[in-house]
Amino acid sequence: MRRETLFNTALCLGLVAFPLWAQATDQPFLITLATRAVILALAGVGLNIALGLGGLVSLGHAAFFGIGGYAMGILASHAQNYDPLIEWPLSIEGTTSMPVIWLIALAASALAALAIGALSLRTSGVYFIMITLAFGQMFYYFAISWPAYGGEDGLSIYVRNGFPGLNTLDPLTFYGLSLAMLALGLVVAWQLARSPFGLALNAARQSAMRARTVGLSPYGLRLTAFVISGTLTGLAGALFADLNRFVSPTMFSWQTSGEIVVFVILGGVARLFGPVAGAVLFVTLEHVLGGVSDYWHIYLGALLLGVVLFARGGLIGSICGPAVRHD
Amino acid sequence: MTDPVLAVRGLCKRFGALAASRDISFDLRQGEIHALIGPNGAGKSTLIAQLAGGLKPDAGQVILNGDDVTALDTAARARRGLARTFQVSDLAGEDTVLQNAVLGALGATGRRPRLFGNALGPGALRGRAHAALERTGLGDVAAQRVADLSHGQRRLLEIAVALTLSPRVFVMDEPMAGLDGAGALRLRAMLAGLKAEAPILLVEHDMDAVFALADRISVLVEGRIIATGTVDEVRVDVDVRRAYLGDAP
Repeated sequence: MRRETLFNTALCLGLVAFPLWAQATDQPFLITLATRAVILALAGVGLNIALGLGGLVSLGHAAFFGIGGYAMGILASHAQNYDPLIEWPLSIEGTTSMPVIWLIALAASALAALAIGALSLRTSGVYFIMITLAFGQMFYYFAISWPAYGGEDGLSIYVRNGFPGLNTLDPLTFYGLSLAMLALGLVVAWQLARSPFGLALNAARQSAMRARTVGLSPYGLRLTAFVISGTLTGLAGALFADLNRFVSPTMFSWQTSGEIVVFVILGGVARLFGPVAGAVLFVTLEHVLGGVSDYWHIYLGALLLGVVLFARGGLIGSICGPAVRHD
Repeated sequence: MTDPVLAVRGLCKRFGALAASRDISFDLRQGEIHALIGPNGAGKSTLIAQLAGGLKPDAGQVILNGDDVTALDTAARARRGLARTFQVSDLAGEDTVLQNAVLGALGATGRRPRLFGNALGPGALRGRAHAALERTGLGDVAAQRVADLSHGQRRLLEIAVALTLSPRVFVMDEPMAGLDGAGALRLRAMLAGLKAEAPILLVEHDMDAVFALADRISVLVEGRIIATGTVDEVRVDVDVRRAYLGDAP
């Protein structure tokens, strides 16, 4: 078995075993921590489709993370206040059903990614980074100045949303749901990478001219990738909001975008499980180093520098060697 | 005489004070190799870029299979059957030889690439890619990364990718550049066979190859075509000898 497959299998087993162990030893806090890692990993898996496969360095993925979060916050807050979302021309109620919230989060973030991508992808390189950053900040300031949904203070949701047949308040159940969504995201990312679309997108990343010369439009390929990427990150946002039962403009901030990029780089750009390894490492460091010092980001910064300077393939790259491509 | 497959009419392109293309007109007819020669800086690359769609001409038309394609971009012209190879290989270097060939086969379908399935799985794409690799003698290195190929193999892969497109016309920018003697001879034989499938516009510095292969030659000097004709006609053309070959006996 290839070393990367072994690593990925071990990571998967760990993701299943760790919360069970935490449950057995009565440490629900650790389950919540693992849930956080899994949800952030999903956000990273989303970004990795744009960044790893498409070469699109987006510093605006917090926009989709936040849209997913606010989709949950807005729908659930209307439901808990018995206040319809809109009353005219027809009355639409809020909801506390996770599947409905997820679908709406997916649709909203897909639409936003389509609009942001359609404009941003007309630029490239550092301009693309800047324009995606600007879009993310636009959403951030909009959320701050939207008093109906908490403005700067954010929005608290008093109950966890429901999933038919499951007790979502049980940490292990909610973890299971989040892990299932991460698995779904990984399947999407894996399938995309091996599909004709993935081959074309990956070629366009290496040479846009090459793609054009065979009659493929790099713009169309990148826009599709950007929308799928943003949509997965939006789903992660909805889960993240449910985990915390709280949404705030911070979800939209450029720091959040930066953190999602960090998961991908830490774990390994363009590696299927890169964002998972990165997010797990990030949350572990946050927990361990956070206990040592309030200024734990200094250590994280040093680690990131080390990865960028000495281990370009990230955690997976340094453990498993360079990516092996199937014939 | 049949209509030309590729026709250029009155093409002009200026970069500031420099006229890179001045009123260029020529045809590429079915079944021929039409060589475009000229000294460095004559405007050959600028002309190729305008033919392939990477550069908009200031004036004039590019006509492909009877349709004016001047306003179309590179991808649209490729979908209409114009296959271009590059002077400096422009391939997906991290990918394997097979992946590059499948990319061409993917473009040849003319459809948006599917989001599901395996691009490299058995099927039409792989079959088409393998056929092109076998024809160019790259079948044995299909699983190798392009970055690990020799220079000559990369030149062949450029042509293999063009072959996967089943084009109506080839535009080749110095395909012989950097090849050793044996490699150049092999490529020469391949091009001689290829022209029956689709005519070739050949930009080339290797004069032996040009004189051996070309059915017609156009000579470009300072952005202007100063002569077009058969090899023998061009060889004895006084203007060509003076301007390009550098002697006026």
